[in-house]
Amino acid sequence: MKHPGEFALNRRDLVAGASACTALTVMPLTARAEAPIADRAVKTPVSLTINGRRHDLELDTRTSLLDAVREHAHLTGSKKGCDHGQCGACTMIVGGRRINSCLTLAIMHQGDEITTIEGLGKPDALHPMQAAFIKHDGYQCGFCTPGQICSGVAVLDEIKAGIPSHVTADLTAASEVTASEIRERMSGNICRCGAYSNIVDAMTEVAGRRA
Amino acid sequence: MKAFTYEKPASPAEAASAAARMPDAKFIAGGTNLLDLMKLQIETPAHLVDVNGLGLDTIAATQEGGLRIGALVRNTDLAADARVRTDYGVLSRALVSGASGQLRNKATTAGNLLQRTRCPYFYDTAQPCNKRQPGSGCAAIGGVSRQLGVIGTSEACIATYPGDMAVAMRVLDATVETVDAEGAARKIPVAEFHRLPGDTPQIETALKPGELITAVTLPKPVGGTQVYRKVRDRASYAFALVSVAAIVQRDGSARVAFGGMAPRPWRVEAAEAELAKGAKPAAERIFAGAKPTHDNAFKLKLAERTLDAVLTEARG
Ligand SMILES: Cc1cc2nc3c(=O)[nH]c(=O)nc-3n(C[C@H](O)[C@H](O)[C@H](O)COP(=O)(O)OP(=O)(O)OC[C@H]3O[C@@H](n4cnc5c(N)ncnc54)[C@H](O)[C@@H]3O)c2cc1C
Ligand code: SF4
Repeated sequence: MKHPGEFALNRRDLVAGASACTALTVMPLTARAEAPIADRAVKTPVSLTINGRRHDLELDTRTSLLDAVREHAHLTGSKKGCDHGQCGACTMIVGGRRINSCLTLAIMHQGDEITTIEGLGKPDALHPMQAAFIKHDGYQCGFCTPGQICSGVAVLDEIKAGIPSHVTADLTAASEVTASEIRERMSGNICRCGAYSNIVDAMTEVAGRRA
Repeated sequence: MKAFTYEKPASPAEAASAAARMPDAKFIAGGTNLLDLMKLQIETPAHLVDVNGLGLDTIAATQEGGLRIGALVRNTDLAADARVRTDYGVLSRALVSGASGQLRNKATTAGNLLQRTRCPYFYDTAQPCNKRQPGSGCAAIGGVSRQLGVIGTSEACIATYPGDMAVAMRVLDATVETVDAEGAARKIPVAEFHRLPGDTPQIETALKPGELITAVTLPKPVGGTQVYRKVRDRASYAFALVSVAAIVQRDGSARVAFGGMAPRPWRVEAAEAELAKGAKPAAERIFAGAKPTHDNAFKLKLAERTLDAVLTEARG
């Protein structure tokens, strides 16, 4: 039996431990990306369809969808915040559903339709949600914005599809685009600058209602 | 993360035998709990068996008038299913109170049930933890334990089962269906699925190594007013301090299960007759023998008051 003091510690463990120790209670945005350690890396061909374009990649099985898109397909719009599904900066739309791309493996998404912020619109042909974020100042530093916008687009689809949320009063009725529905459904996207109210305004406008 | 090999079988039988064949194999479904822990090297499988190709992603009526929920049905789809919303409202409510929209789109029925019973020290590899490293001690006992268990805990571990969905399944008397590597199927009542820590907190469920969950079945609807109330430090996207799943009938009879209190969804059927008399006598029975810590003794009062609020709401 080992004593607490006898644990073999390395820096990785410390970083991992320090970042995760409050994960269950407050979900801090402090976990760091980690360099994979070199134990028998298993490489495999993975083909991903990102924003309608096919990318044939050779990846370590450990590669998250986020790392594949950023580091291998070189689409760096999606951001790595916490890398533990807590902050939402990595949100992509996969098969029509928004997910945390950091908590899934690239190899599990062969054949899926993957949409990132780069696929929603282009600088000269913005997606309505992108345009609304600009108009309403739905960001400050911009780091969480790609995830916020992907989430925002998917949230409006979820409401349209009748998926209930925690604040939906009547489970058997259709949900509506209200500020409280937007706030609840967007709670998986953290913004440290606190642009939340402007994000609600942007989404409300896109949904066709005035805030 | 430790390196691993990967395969994606096409049938449940193949998946179960693949997991039994490879040492240190694990199933991966949504990946939202497993990968989180693999990144920290708390889980270190050498082989991943991806169960996303098995089908098992539909919700079907059973002959008994209930529902069979495939192991791979996503939390979002289960919460949105019209039959679940109408007949098993407590389950829809529990699901949408958990995690975030992104996570619920990935999280599966089986994966959600099997999310680790855990505490912040379990994540902190610099701390002793009997669950992560059997025999090393428990940093939570005598540490910060506000969020942790008050009943069903042991000298070895005081972590709570953090999930919401299973609390609703407990009050609905759900059954977990599995298949093992030999192809043998079995049914485990959800009441017996999560085990108490005792002196082996690393063993959390009744599953054998390599045993695959294929479905969760719900008995035919019991009606009543169904409520899931989750009390937490933020209005959204946080684990429960206390949660109550309740089904209250017009004649005043009721069943309740609690989340956030114990290493498994906590329900004491023998105490449910007390619910007619009110929250206080019922809570006293349900939590008799509780061993809270200094930090989390408030949970007993909070659970009683939450129960009171739920009963009041349900009885109109
Ligand atoms: C930031 C964050 C916040 C969260 N908040 C909440 C919350 O408020 N409430 C809540 O309830 N949950 C919460 N969760 C937990 C979340 O619900 C779980 O991570 C999710 O349900 C796990 O499902 P999965 O399909 O992704 O499982 P995976 O991660 O794929 O698997 C989990 C475990 O189940 C095993 N497994 C998977 N499928 C099978 C099968 N068919 N048969 C046998 N074994 C199987 C895997 O081997 C693994 O051990 C949160 C998670 C995160 C990251
Ligand atoms: S409560 Fe359980 S999970 Fe937490 S440190 Fe103690 S043994 Fe580990």
